[in-house]
Amino acid sequence: MSPPRRTSAAPVQQLPKCPTGIQGLDEITSGGLPRGRPTLVCGGAGCGKTLLATEFIVRGATRFNEPGVFMAFEETEAELTANVASLGFDLAGLVKSGKVVVDYVHIEPGETQSTGAYDLEGLFVRLNYAIDSIGAKRVVLDTLEVLFASLPNETCLRSELRRLFRWLKQKGVTAVITAERGREQFTRHGLEEYVSDCVIVLDHRVNDQIATRHLRVVKYRGTLHGTNEFPFLIGDEGLSVLPITSLGLNHEVSRERIATGIPRLDAMLGGQGFFRGSSILLTGTAGTGKTIISSNFAHAACKRGERTLFFSFEESPNQIVRNMHSIGLRLEPFVKRGLLRFRSARPSLCGLEMHLATMFREIEAFKPAVVIVDPITSLMDLGTTSEGKGMVTRLIDYLKAGQVTSLFTSLTQAGHALQQSEAGMSSLMDAWILLQDFEGNGERNRVLYVLKARGMGHSNQIREFLISDHGIDVVDAYIGASGVLTGSARAAQNSLEKAAVLASQQEAAQLEREVERKRATLERHISGLRSDYETEAAELRRIAEQVGTRTFVLGAERAASGRLRQADVSVFANVSPNVSADVPANAIAGVPRGPRAKPTLKKASR
Amino acid sequence: MTPAASKRPRPATKRATAARPKDRSSVWQLRLYVTGQTRTSLAAFARLHLICERELKGRYRITVIDLLEQPQLAKGDQILAIPTVVRKLPKPVRTIIGDLSDIDRALVGLDLRAAT
Repeated sequence: MSPPRRTSAAPVQQLPKCPTGIQGLDEITSGGLPRGRPTLVCGGAGCGKTLLATEFIVRGATRFNEPGVFMAFEETEAELTANVASLGFDLAGLVKSGKVVVDYVHIEPGETQSTGAYDLEGLFVRLNYAIDSIGAKRVVLDTLEVLFASLPNETCLRSELRRLFRWLKQKGVTAVITAERGREQFTRHGLEEYVSDCVIVLDHRVNDQIATRHLRVVKYRGTLHGTNEFPFLIGDEGLSVLPITSLGLNHEVSRERIATGIPRLDAMLGGQGFFRGSSILLTGTAGTGKTIISSNFAHAACKRGERTLFFSFEESPNQIVRNMHSIGLRLEPFVKRGLLRFRSARPSLCGLEMHLATMFREIEAFKPAVVIVDPITSLMDLGTTSEGKGMVTRLIDYLKAGQVTSLFTSLTQAGHALQQSEAGMSSLMDAWILLQDFEGNGERNRVLYVLKARGMGHSNQIREFLISDHGIDVVDAYIGASGVLTGSARAAQNSLEKAAVLASQQEAAQLEREVERKRATLERHISGLRSDYETEAAELRRIAEQVGTRTFVLGAERAASGRLRQADVSVFANVSPNVSADVPANAIAGVPRGPRAKPTLKKASR
Repeated sequence: MTPAASKRPRPATKRATAARPKDRSSVWQLRLYVTGQTRTSLAAFARLHLICERELKGRYRITVIDLLEQPQLAKGDQILAIPTVVRKLPKPVRTIIGDLSDIDRALVGLDLRAAT
């Protein structure tokens, strides 16, 4: 199986396979049943052994051009034809056109008396005749074990059966032998002793009142095969095995982006929305707007002219259309044009596998570009966690293989840890948008954020979204020191901020006025000082003049009186320089202040 | 089982022995299915012939059908085991399988003797 071996000169001969044409079974067995060898299919009553065998024959004849012989030990040809007609198999038509031979083998145990040694040559002859008459490549023996009840001498019978299987191998036909499940062994009569190339066990179990069929390849000599128990179901078109793990992770990917129908949400997703063919999870508690966002997405897809399939497990189509109308989203024109198709069903209608098969069929028939499942959680509740996850995996793989964009909503239980219920699912999803309720100030507000979006830059911001009668509006939530604010709190915060801005503007203006006032005061002060100075200076000048005059007068008077009294001239001479020196000094003292005050005055006058 | 074997002239086949019956309704019609002239087939025919001679002298008719030559006839009488004797008449149809080595059971099977 390793690449070096495959490329070597002598390639390893792969076991030739015979495709069954049964959905999923060929994947598990990597190609089908061993060609030219017998395969044992065993299981209890009602698990679909005969159906598997019939489908093997019918598909062989219709799809692979391999005629087949159906040797029925339990049902007559007419019964068989009628039974499988409900699955759309036209057995009678195939018989008529020589593609299939149905040989009903019946032995009435009461009428048969054994009288000694015998062999099953008669059966060989019949089988040989039937095979040769149409050149059959496939043979079904359903159910050989009936022989144990109707033919005596078990030892003889066993050796003949051994011979039969050997003969079938020699004949080169691919045979399916069905058998009842035994208590301790695979089959009641130990047929697995003879058929050892491939053994498939079918099983029908009831879990939580929901019955599920399982298929397991117990043994397959010479090939790799899935060993798990795979759920399978019998639908309108036959058997389908739903392999969980056999699908590879090698889908084609697209770079094309598709809009969500909400421009602000697109902006959060790198400005262009989701990738085509990606899987998107939308989680939120009750009433956070999951269906509304899904419907928006559907609406946007339909507007682009893409087919959209909406699986609803909560609401009826009419209800969704009506409800969306209330927010201005008109879906009914698209429904009428055939672009939008709703499929509503109660989750408890049937088991998980049946739902999945129904969805597959719907998708197959409608070929949508976008599939919405609202909500996936109600489906997942039907099975165990692993079954649910397996189902989602299969669905996503299936959708991705077809480049179908899928959106799943998921209902989170209020009060639970946010991601708890989705932890298993999230790894399967390419994008995850979380819707949340913010409660506070006596109101609930919706917010959303992008938890992850593979392969694109996306916003890390919480956005508030408002649902109004004209649709969804995504707005910035207030994020500040006091946390995230939404709704009226956000509005209040906004007005608070506005008030604060106004206040600071006012404060600035006031400060400006203050400066102005101070300047005016200063100017007033300066002009007061100047006028004081001018008054004082004038006064001083006047005094100085007076003093000068008086000194002169005094001097004159003294000189006159001295002359009168014949006094010494030196007295006069001593006094007069002092006086004359004092007066000018005082008068001149004010002058140095003049140049200092002058710039101030100039400034003030500016 | 070889075709060559079946082509050989076989004294057993078609040597339906019957005395001319007086009452047609009382004639036993027996079919012996074989596949070629195997040892068991020959033995079965010999024993069937012996039983009929002893119990139904002049009132029987044995048809030997070789399924190698006429495989399509196997379906009609629901033949699986070889050899098989089918009593077509008188009704009801009785089938006994085996080489008739157990004569007593063969007689019971053919309704020639009540089961004990």
